[in-house]
Amino acid sequence: MSNHQINPNKWIDLYSDYLFNYTITRVKDRDTAQDLVQDTFFAGLKSMKNFKGEASERTWLISILKRKIIDHYRKINSKKGKAEIRVNFNSDTDNEGDWIEQRVADPFDKTAENNLENTELGLAIHNCISKLPEKQARIFKMKTVLGYETETICNELNITASNLWVIIHRARTALASCLEKNWF
Amino acid sequence: MSKKNKMLISCDEANHNCDKSQYNEATLWEKIKLNIHLLYCKACRKYSKNNAKLTKIMNNSELEYLKPSEKDTIKRNFKEELSKNN
Repeated sequence: MSNHQINPNKWIDLYSDYLFNYTITRVKDRDTAQDLVQDTFFAGLKSMKNFKGEASERTWLISILKRKIIDHYRKINSKKGKAEIRVNFNSDTDNEGDWIEQRVADPFDKTAENNLENTELGLAIHNCISKLPEKQARIFKMKTVLGYETETICNELNITASNLWVIIHRARTALASCLEKNWF
Repeated sequence: MSKKNKMLISCDEANHNCDKSQYNEATLWEKIKLNIHLLYCKACRKYSKNNAKLTKIMNNSELEYLKPSEKDTIKRNFKEELSKNN
């Protein structure tokens, strides 16, 4: 029952952005996230035999990554000797909100809801971007997500500015219609 | 007549200006020309609207990606590991 094939040669091109984005929302530090993603690929390589093909490669890698993130938090916790559970309503440093009443959740605070929505949105965007041709996807990511200057991208990929704008235009049109179907 | 041609642009150019303005790279004059075009072109109005929406959700999503250099580092390390295993 092997519905899904495994092919590590393409992992990094296909999944590194997705895994990285998944990690960065959980560890908030670029370098750590980068290391964790790399560790995940290594671990995946080592336990390739255990891949049964029941889930897609991406799901399988995410499940490894989840363990890695948990391990990461365990490690930093034990390093600081903070493994014990401390019941502490306030953090020690800020003096604001000493009264516990001031710490009640703000009913107008929508952070959690927004986070949830953002995770779903991120997933939708990812799926749409992965449907784009590779070149369009790469340039769109560089321009929109990484915020590179037009000139930088042109130099790096050896294309002209008008060429870049045509590619961006196609990517944006395709993405807008894809998200229209799946998100709006 | 020549003045009119300067003011009125084709849909291609309007879309190009619109894309640029999404990244804050359009000049003031380009933005003026775009908006004049939008006054009478329904198709481009629709495109501009969707384009702005796309920019908005891209900003809201707070996506973060690896830089190409960081990705290359991982790739190199991974290749080494791959060759060790085979």
